[in-house]
Amino acid sequence: MIELFSLSLLYSTIRLATPLLLAALGGLFSERAGVINIALEGLMLAGAFTAAAVTHFTGSPWAGLLAGIAAGALVAGIHALATIRFRADQVVSGTAINILMLGVPPFLSGALFLSSGSTPQIPQGHLLPNAPIIIAVLLVPLTWYVLYRTPFGLRLRAVGEKPEAADAAGIGVNRMRYTAVLLSGALAGIGGAYLSIGQSSLFTRNMTSGRGFIALAALIFGKWRPVQTMLACLLFGFAEAVAIQLQGVRLPSGEEIPVQFIQIVPYVLTIVVLAGFIGHSRAPRALGIPYQKER
Amino acid sequence: MKLLRELAFPLVAVAAAFVIGSIFVLAIGDIPVQTYRLLIGSALSWPDGIGYTVFYATPLIFTGLAVAVAFRCGLLNIGAEGQLYVAAFACAWVGIKFGGTVIDSFGKPLDYSWANLPGVLLVPLCILAAIAAGAVWGAIPGFLKARFGSHEVINTIMLNFIAIALTSYFTQYFYKAPGDPILQTVPIGEQAHIARLGSFLPGLPARIPVNVAFLLALVAAALVYVFLWRTKWGYEIRATGASPTAAEYGGISTRRQIVLAMAVSGGLAGMVGVNEVLGYRGRYYEGFSDNYGFTGIAVALLGRNHPVGVVLAALLFAVLQRGSIPVDAFTEHVTKDIVQILQAIIILFVAAETLFRGPFGRFGMMKRAKV
Repeated sequence: MIELFSLSLLYSTIRLATPLLLAALGGLFSERAGVINIALEGLMLAGAFTAAAVTHFTGSPWAGLLAGIAAGALVAGIHALATIRFRADQVVSGTAINILMLGVPPFLSGALFLSSGSTPQIPQGHLLPNAPIIIAVLLVPLTWYVLYRTPFGLRLRAVGEKPEAADAAGIGVNRMRYTAVLLSGALAGIGGAYLSIGQSSLFTRNMTSGRGFIALAALIFGKWRPVQTMLACLLFGFAEAVAIQLQGVRLPSGEEIPVQFIQIVPYVLTIVVLAGFIGHSRAPRALGIPYQKER
Repeated sequence: MKLLRELAFPLVAVAAAFVIGSIFVLAIGDIPVQTYRLLIGSALSWPDGIGYTVFYATPLIFTGLAVAVAFRCGLLNIGAEGQLYVAAFACAWVGIKFGGTVIDSFGKPLDYSWANLPGVLLVPLCILAAIAAGAVWGAIPGFLKARFGSHEVINTIMLNFIAIALTSYFTQYFYKAPGDPILQTVPIGEQAHIARLGSFLPGLPARIPVNVAFLLALVAAALVYVFLWRTKWGYEIRATGASPTAAEYGGISTRRQIVLAMAVSGGLAGMVGVNEVLGYRGRYYEGFSDNYGFTGIAVALLGRNHPVGVVLAALLFAVLQRGSIPVDAFTEHVTKDIVQILQAIIILFVAAETLFRGPFGRFGMMKRAKV
């Protein structure tokens, strides 16, 4: 029988939760300001590819990380422009960004490295295996503080709950939303960078494989609050770690453990929470509604 | 005149996407005209170009119709991907269980079946299974929304993951031929296969996999039109999508319409399984969908959620998909990924436009949306 609750399982949980947490905290800023962000998946891909490519060219993973942040913010800028300026449907725009980022990284990779499947391998010494984990952990109290203890956080929440009132109080609703969406891109960019230059040493096609959506689920599971969102990410990371550890393991009876059932736990839990069976998960009131100043 | 107006914006969006796409192509040092000639030209040759384009269009018509029906009810079905996986598996399951003894890839006879039904019974049964499974998988998020108010976008995303995990589980542990290295089920009964168009269309070789499912897709488009615009249910679905409060005042149970629309949507998505299992591979093959569910969103938007528009948009995306192969091979740097870039830009343009007119714009499709 294998040892289930070992130190390696704990470490693997943290490693797997980190990209989720970074992206989910990004989503938190955007959604608390009233902009749905199902583009997290695409934003992570932007960060992952850019970080790997820049690290390859400069040899500096920190430059790669910064470039990943910038790329995430830049792509989030498209989402912001489409949904805030042109009031495009936020879910549809997010879907478009996700499809765009399935295409752009391999497209550029094909041109830069003559291989659309992956970027070149980065040498071991040029990776950042731990820094993003520390950043993610520090970001939780920071996000909490910014959200609940600063004027910026108060405005952000006001814009997501009662944009009319915020506007009347002199807060630039759309300006706050732009800031929040760009911030979400930056954080998701770190999450993506961690995948390519932290967990592995190159970018591969569609390497997020749904993590952006799981981060979104964790955000909802965590009721749009920083600490709960972190716990949700750890739970989802744990489920993935257990599933990986049990892959191919046989029960004493000789049967393989079907890991698929462990893999679906986060998704089933999210549906259950969203339906209100475990506590109530309430979205920011103005989430999904473009704001238009009354004339 | 009205038709011209309806066509104008999608055409502008497509043209704009090609213009922006050419910036991408230029940026990496290729020639846009040459790239686009390869991208579009190769779909027009007879019989391979046209045959394969129509084959690629078939699943996109079904998923485009699926998303369009949900859209008309004010719902965004991002779950067509999961619905079509569940449906394809159910379709194959019926084809295996009632298909008698089959010969596996190693030439060995295999019997996973309970009965050996003749084709006249088995084919309709498989189709019904696909529709029913898709409809159930679609109705779940519909029910969750109607009963608990939880948002269908998140639930359909979650159900996509669950569908993929479950079908993978059943394939791997129960229906894979022993020793088969590929994650696929055993073949369905030979009599459950539906005819390729090449078997009765002169000039079209039977090696091209376009099959009767394409004709079913056209029938489905016609039926969706009749359903939405000529029946009471369709009227109530559109009323719910246009304005839920007004519909409630008018005595329509919007909750029931939400479940109905999602079930119909899921059933349409499920028809992809018929094309794939009965018309093409003759078995369930894990991960067969090339993002059909997500592309369906683009197809529906570009087709303005109208069946005719959906068929045209599906054909356009199929042309691009067919053309992506020669683009990959015969340009200096451009890869097949240019297709996804073009698709995404088209969606962005069409999405920004829906604000100003069309069914969701004016009435605010997602006024109450909470993700």
